[in-house]
Amino acid sequence: MTLEATHCLLRMYDDHHNLEDYQGGVPRWCTGCGDNAILTAMQRLCRDNDLRPEKTVFVSGIGCSSRLPHYMRTYGFHGIHGRALPVAEGIKMARPDLNVFISTGDGDCCSIGAAHWIHGVRYNMNMTMVLHDNHVYGLTKKQASPTSPRGLKSNTTPRGSYLEALNPLSVTLGIQNVSFVAQAVDWIPEVLYDILTAAYKHRGFSFVRVIQRCPEFLPKMFDPWLQNPQKTLVLTHERGLRLSPAMAKVYKNQQEHDPLDMDRARQIASIDDPIPVGILYQNPEVPCYEDLRHSGQLRTADYVRAGLEAEFDKFTVWPAEGEQSKPAA
Amino acid sequence: MSDTNILEPPTRTTKPPRAKRDVPTVKRNETIIEILSDSGEGAQRCGQSLASIAAKMGNGVWTVEIIPAEIQPPARSVAGASGNRVRIGSGPISNGGDEADLVVAFNEQVLLGRVRASELKPGCIILLESMWRSDRNPGVVASYTATYDQLVAAGYRVYEIPMEQECRKLVSDPRRGKNMFVLGVLCRIYSLDHDLAREQIAITFGKKDQKVIATNTDLLEAGWNWADANLDFRYSIPAARATQPQLVINGNTALALGVLASGMDICAMYPITPATSVSHYLSDVFERVGGLVHQAEDEIAACAFAIGASYAGKCSVTVTSGPGYSLKQEAIGLAVMCEIPMVVINVQRGGPSTGQPTKGEQGDLLTAIYGSHGDAPKVVIATSSIEDCFYAVITARKIAEMFNMVVVVLSDANLATGQQPFQRPQFSESWLAPPFDQSDIAAGSKPYDWDPVTGLARRFVPGQPHGMHTLTGLAHDRDSHVAYDPEINEEGLRHRSLKLAALQKTLRPPNVFGEDSGELLIVGWGSTKGAIEEAVERLRAEGLKVSSMHLQFLQPMAPGMKEIMQRFDKVMTVESNWSDDPNDAIIDEENRRYSALAMMLRARTLIDIDCWTEVRGRPIKPGTVAAAVRAKLKQ
Ligand SMILES: Cc1ncc(C[n+]2csc(CCOP(=O)(O)OP(=O)(O)O)c2C)c(N)n1
Ligand code: SF4
Repeated sequence: MTLEATHCLLRMYDDHHNLEDYQGGVPRWCTGCGDNAILTAMQRLCRDNDLRPEKTVFVSGIGCSSRLPHYMRTYGFHGIHGRALPVAEGIKMARPDLNVFISTGDGDCCSIGAAHWIHGVRYNMNMTMVLHDNHVYGLTKKQASPTSPRGLKSNTTPRGSYLEALNPLSVTLGIQNVSFVAQAVDWIPEVLYDILTAAYKHRGFSFVRVIQRCPEFLPKMFDPWLQNPQKTLVLTHERGLRLSPAMAKVYKNQQEHDPLDMDRARQIASIDDPIPVGILYQNPEVPCYEDLRHSGQLRTADYVRAGLEAEFDKFTVWPAEGEQSKPAA
Repeated sequence: MSDTNILEPPTRTTKPPRAKRDVPTVKRNETIIEILSDSGEGAQRCGQSLASIAAKMGNGVWTVEIIPAEIQPPARSVAGASGNRVRIGSGPISNGGDEADLVVAFNEQVLLGRVRASELKPGCIILLESMWRSDRNPGVVASYTATYDQLVAAGYRVYEIPMEQECRKLVSDPRRGKNMFVLGVLCRIYSLDHDLAREQIAITFGKKDQKVIATNTDLLEAGWNWADANLDFRYSIPAARATQPQLVINGNTALALGVLASGMDICAMYPITPATSVSHYLSDVFERVGGLVHQAEDEIAACAFAIGASYAGKCSVTVTSGPGYSLKQEAIGLAVMCEIPMVVINVQRGGPSTGQPTKGEQGDLLTAIYGSHGDAPKVVIATSSIEDCFYAVITARKIAEMFNMVVVVLSDANLATGQQPFQRPQFSESWLAPPFDQSDIAAGSKPYDWDPVTGLARRFVPGQPHGMHTLTGLAHDRDSHVAYDPEINEEGLRHRSLKLAALQKTLRPPNVFGEDSGELLIVGWGSTKGAIEEAVERLRAEGLKVSSMHLQFLQPMAPGMKEIMQRFDKVMTVESNWSDDPNDAIIDEENRRYSALAMMLRARTLIDIDCWTEVRGRPIKPGTVAAAVRAKLKQ
């Protein structure tokens, strides 16, 4: 399973890529859909980090957001609703040499795929997951999602949704082995890009929730935040996000936050107005499941054979003396 | 929990003869022994050891585990019976046989369930722990004596053995040591090799320290000597030592070794009886050959994980049973749609729902073939012996990768825990999966470049330059682009289906066991093979023109079967799944539900194939099959 050698060889042929090298089919999202911004940021990230398209896999579930792999020109796996994570984990386990990204929706991740989300955080495999959180089911045409604010009128909650919204940041921060949690908004692309880049560079499972606009079904939902930069709380730190001077002039509501500080991260996670943006938590020390599990052995035929014969030996009844001698080892 | 009502009415009374020395040894061709205890008293270990010793002597053996559904059922309860059936023969043994010839019971309650289920031969020998006769609890004493009296009255030859009393001479906790004492008793009764028995103790307790081995050897000797001094019967089952090395393992170990030998790297699973022991064993040994077992958060994740691993590298495997198999259906459909190779092992148990976790059944055939929504063609093969469990996985991996298909391997609880010696496999490099392709892909190649005749397309694996595409569970064209166009949709369906036909073209007609033509052909699949063929042998010995045919491939089915069937007057499947009884009041030809294989074969061959099924949560017995066939021939 070790691919280090081929990996090194391929590296020698590294060449530079441009944005078009990562652009696949023409996106079919609605005009103004926040998924477009996430796609653009991802393509920039791939280019700027010179990710080899053939060594990169975008995995998704089902939903508007899960269409993203089709719009990349890398390998892509558009699977089934809620199961993007286990598919991605299988890919990463078989192929630690691949760059793995996951796109998932709030229904995909926080509802049908919730078990995988919890366990995905716990496995802490080295990959980046983006939760496109538009607070509603888009593809199936406006049903309440677990992250819909209470009272949201939708096709399944015509008199308003009944339950408080689930907070994906708090949930993720509550899971053992969590190693990277960040939040971005689709309408500040520079910061979105910076956060996704930090997520990609983090070794471990990076969870990025992106608050994403769905102009089709919740056209005005985030208008107050778009109109008033003060309603965005930017978390800055030398180990976290650093705002450019131009951005800092617009987004004045800033707070120093050390991503190593879990207690404060949890407090920040529970704030929904202003919307916190930045890296809430990062712990580079958490071991990755694939590192814990890989034997590092090359599985040559001889190696497998030796292991198998040793097992056979344990269960073998040998013929009586003289009838046949044991085969040479 | 005490229960003394035995179904069988008293027929005759015999007083068990008392101990004598120098008893003659009676030769037998075969015998069936059961050892029953409360859970945790080690009857299973005793049975397995007995089987191993006999196998080493060159006897044919088959073991059947008797398993309570709960981990800690109440002591002295009918439902708590735990143990082993061991069938030992002079020649090869392919199934658990009919009724037991000798039963050892650690208390009278565990015996009752077996008596009621007619698992004991009339008049058979029963060796019963006698300590309950003097128990402090008068209820226990009453139950014991009443049962004892009834057993004797029913004609069984009951011998009371003071097992714990004898063991107490050697160990402080005789409840734990009894099983090896009993092993000694049985070795003496059946004239098994004394040295091999001692050796077996060393193997059984190999992981423990020397003291444990010494104590258990003493217990074995004590049992041997006690039987020698006190029992008035002795048997021998002549054995011929094999000239080739034999493996003695159960079906689940064989499946796990098959995974190892197939060259697959990754097994993803979620624990479920009776499949779990495959993963237990694999977890222990897989990493030693560079593989790994991933215990996922549920079966859906396990299946999706295997799919991801297969997609990015070599074919992977997921192992499960009934309820887990149901959960995997959507993901299996994804693998079918995207043409990702994957092996899915389903060790069937009783269903539906949680059903009978520890009991075997062949209830998942149609789910295996037709499971997942839409048209989801996959390959289904069934294992019919322990040896088959090993090779089936290797075959499955090869087919999966050659055809980019999901291959379902159906085993069941009977094979899972059954043990049978078979010839030690000779390793072949051709078993192993080749490394996955990382070569450059020529410009213009398409990820689904279906061959118009076979439906086959080359698979692109991440890492291959210029092969980039997004695989999707949505309907797609040859470029893997989402497409709802009616032509394209049918094109995909056609090519995925054609692969089954392409595989079918490579299969050979199944062998017929018995004559090539005759009055009745039995058709079976899976773990019933041994019982069916033994029944055929017996029936043929009676002069009946009965043959059988056992299917390894259930989807696609081998060619030439219709032609074989046409050479027989009647065809009937024998299966362990449900079929309506035509004699039931409201069942008629129009509404009768046939068993799974019968339904498949009727549709395929248009032959009026009948079925006989039994779903009693125990292996089908050769005697039962023979009786069913006799009845069918009288119709
Ligand atoms: C097993 C299953 N159940 C239901 C669906 C239907 N379905 C498709 S996407 C979706 C929810 C989409 O919402 P979300 O995950 O928030 O993604 P969005 O479309 O908003 O990006 C549902 C319920 C499905 N495809 N599969
Ligand atoms: S429905 Fe909403 S989420 Fe889906 S593409 Fe349109 S705007 Fe985006």
